[in-house]
Amino acid sequence: MTVDQLFNWLNTLVPAMENSGLLLVVAILIPCLALFLVVAVNAIVMVYAERKVSAFMQDRMGPMGQGVGLHAGKWGLLQTVADALKLLTKEDIIPEKADKFLFILAPFVIFIGAFVAIIAVPFGETVIVADFNIGIFYILAMGSLGVIGLILAGWSSNNKWSLYGGMRSAAQIVSYEIPAGLSLIVVIMLTETLSMQGIIQYQEGGMFNWIIFSNPFAFVAFFIYFISVVAETNRTPFDIPEAESELVGGFHTEYSGMRWSFFFLSEYANMLVVSAVGAAGFLGGWHSPIPGYFDSNGWGVFWMLSKIVFLIFVMMWFRWTFPRLRVDQLMNICWKVFLPISLINIFGVGFWTLIFG
Amino acid sequence: MGVVHGEEMVLNIGPQHPSTHGVLRLKVKTDGEIISEITPVIGYLHRCFEKHCENVTYDQVIPYTDRCDYLAAMANNFGYVVAVEELMELKVPEKVEYIRVIMAEFQRIASHLLALGVYGLDIGAFTPFLFMLRDRERILDMFEMTCGARLLYNYMWVGGVSHDLPKGFVETAFQFLDYFEPQIEEYNNLLTHNKIFVERTADIGVLPPEVAISYGVSGPNLRASGVQWDLRRNSPYSIYDKFEFDVPVGDGGKGTLGDCWDRYYVRMLEVRESVKILRQALAQMPKDGDVHQALPKKIRPPKGSIYSRTETPRGDLGFYIESDGSPIPSRVKMRSPAFTALAVLGELAGGWMMSDVISILGSLDIVLGEIDR
Repeated sequence: MTVDQLFNWLNTLVPAMENSGLLLVVAILIPCLALFLVVAVNAIVMVYAERKVSAFMQDRMGPMGQGVGLHAGKWGLLQTVADALKLLTKEDIIPEKADKFLFILAPFVIFIGAFVAIIAVPFGETVIVADFNIGIFYILAMGSLGVIGLILAGWSSNNKWSLYGGMRSAAQIVSYEIPAGLSLIVVIMLTETLSMQGIIQYQEGGMFNWIIFSNPFAFVAFFIYFISVVAETNRTPFDIPEAESELVGGFHTEYSGMRWSFFFLSEYANMLVVSAVGAAGFLGGWHSPIPGYFDSNGWGVFWMLSKIVFLIFVMMWFRWTFPRLRVDQLMNICWKVFLPISLINIFGVGFWTLIFG
Repeated sequence: MGVVHGEEMVLNIGPQHPSTHGVLRLKVKTDGEIISEITPVIGYLHRCFEKHCENVTYDQVIPYTDRCDYLAAMANNFGYVVAVEELMELKVPEKVEYIRVIMAEFQRIASHLLALGVYGLDIGAFTPFLFMLRDRERILDMFEMTCGARLLYNYMWVGGVSHDLPKGFVETAFQFLDYFEPQIEEYNNLLTHNKIFVERTADIGVLPPEVAISYGVSGPNLRASGVQWDLRRNSPYSIYDKFEFDVPVGDGGKGTLGDCWDRYYVRMLEVRESVKILRQALAQMPKDGDVHQALPKKIRPPKGSIYSRTETPRGDLGFYIESDGSPIPSRVKMRSPAFTALAVLGELAGGWMMSDVISILGSLDIVLGEIDR
C-alpha cells in the first residue's frame, strides 16, 4: 500500500479534514512506523539466525535456554531480546576527545541510509511503500549514504583504529558500488525500466524468464552484483573496515550500548535491502518459479521473502567459511576483475538484445 | 600546487588487542597501511620465574614450568625433568619414558591445533578455530583423565610421573587417533588450501634460513625455512630414537620458502607425525611397571651444572641448571623458543601492510607466558 493510497483512504475515513496537511503527515508516518518495525524485527530475527547458523556450521548448539528461571527461552529464541535489553541498559560512553556532535550523528546517518532505502523495496505485488519510477536508482543512491556515516564514525572517535576502519570502508564501499551498479544496468537494459515493480513484472512466467537465466551475461552479472554487495555491507570475506583481529573493532571501536547497536541494526537492514534488490532484479522478485502455481498475492510475499532469506543465508555461509582478504587484494578484485567484466557484460547484453531480442 | 607532507603515525598494537596472543605490545610506525618499523615491547607478563626457582626446591620448580608455556605445559615439564635427571644421572623406568613421550606428543598436537586455529582466526576465518578447539578438547579430556588437570598439569616429576595411566587410557587414545586423522583432511579442505587463505599467507613474511639460524629461531618456524633440525631426531633425548617419524620441512609449496603459509603447513604436517609417534608408543608401551619406583627420596643433585634441551611444540627449549649440592637450585635459566621467534619479528615485518603484520605474528606462534617468564 503506497502513501497515496493511504492518503486517499484517510480522506474517506475523516471527511471533515479532507486533503489537510495533518492527514498527509499521518499517511507518511504510518508506513514509516511499519518500516521501522520491519527493520527492528529483521535485526532481531537475523541476529538469532546468524548465531544459530554459525553454531550449526561450527558444530555447536548456539544460544539455548534450559530449565526454569531467567534464561533465553526455548532454543534460545529470546536471546536477541536479552541482548537488546543489555545494550539498552548499558552505559553510554563518549570518549573525552571525540568530536561529540559527529560522534552522536554518525550512527544515525548510517541507519537513515539503510532505512530510507527500504521504502522502495517491494515485498509483494501490492506490498510496497512507494513504487517510484526511479526505484532501483533511488535504492542505490540511498545505500551509498551509509558510507558517510562510517567515515564520520571513524573520524570523530579520535582513535587510530577507528580512523583506519573509516578510511578502509570509504575506499571499499565507494569502489564496490561501481561493479554493483554496473551489474544492475544489465537488468535495466533488459527491462527498460527503473521501477522496482516494473522490473519484477518483466520477469513473469516461470523461473526461465528470470533475468538471471535470461542470458549468460545476466548470469555473470548476478554473481558480480552479489559479491559486490557482500563487500558493500562489510561482511566477511570483505569485512576489512571492522576486521576484528586487525583493527580491534574498526570504525565502531569506541561505540558502546545503543549507539553501537545502531551500526548492527543498519548492517542487517542493509543486508535486507541488497538481498531484496538482488531477488527483485535477478531472481524474479515475487514471482513463483513455476508459472501459474502458487502465484496469487499472498504467495508473492512468500516467494519474495524466501528469495531474500536465501540470499542472506548465503551471506552468512560466506562469513563462517572464508578468511578475510587484505585491503589491496580487495581493491585488485574490484578494479581489475569485476569492473572490466561488468563493462563487458553491458556490451554483451546490448549485443544479445540486438541479436536475440 | 603544494606538496602534501605526510608524517608517519606511531601505533600501539596491544597490550590489549585481539590478536597479539597475550599481553604483547607492538610499537609500529605506519605510513597509511604500510608498516615501516616494528618494535615488540615485552615484559607485561614477567613473573620472575628464574628468581623464584632459586628459592624453591627442585620439585617445586615444576609447577612454575607449567606456567611458562601454558599451551604446552607437558612439554615444559618434560624439558625440566630431563635436565634435572641428567644432572642427577638418574635412570627412569621404561614405562615412565613411554608415558612421557605419549603425553608430550599429545601436547604437541593440542598446542599445534590451537596455533593453527588461532592463526585462522587472525586471518579472519572463525570456523576452523572452533573445529580445532573441539578436537583439542578431547586431548585435554585425556589429560584430565590422567592427572586431573586440563591446562597446568604438574604431571612429570623428577624420576617419574605423578599418576600412572588410568584404566582404558590406551583404548581412548587409539579411538581419538582414529577419529582425529581424517579430521586433518577436513582442516586442509577448510583452511589450508582455501584460496583467500593462501593469498593472505603465501609469499608473506619470508624468513630465509640464514636469518633464521642467525637469530636462533627453532622448532616449526626454523623447519618451515627448509632447515631440517629437530632435537627429537638430531640429539634424541628420552626414547625418541625408538620411533620412526619424519621431520617435515617447508618447501615453499604455495609461494616462497619460509613464508607464513610454510610455517602454518609445517605445523599441520607435524601433527601427522605426532600421530605416527603416538601409535607406535601406545602399542609398544610396557603394560606393567611402577611409575613411582624411581622417584628419589631427596632431590639433591651433585655440585655442577647442566644445559639440556628438548623439542617443545614451539621449538628448542633449553634449561641451564646450576647446583651447589643443596636441595635448592642456585640458578635456573630457561631458553625459550618463543622469545627468539618474537625477536625475528622486527626483521620480518618491516615494509608489509597492517594485515600482514598480524598474519606474520600469528604464524610465529608465540606464547607470552614463555617470553616474559
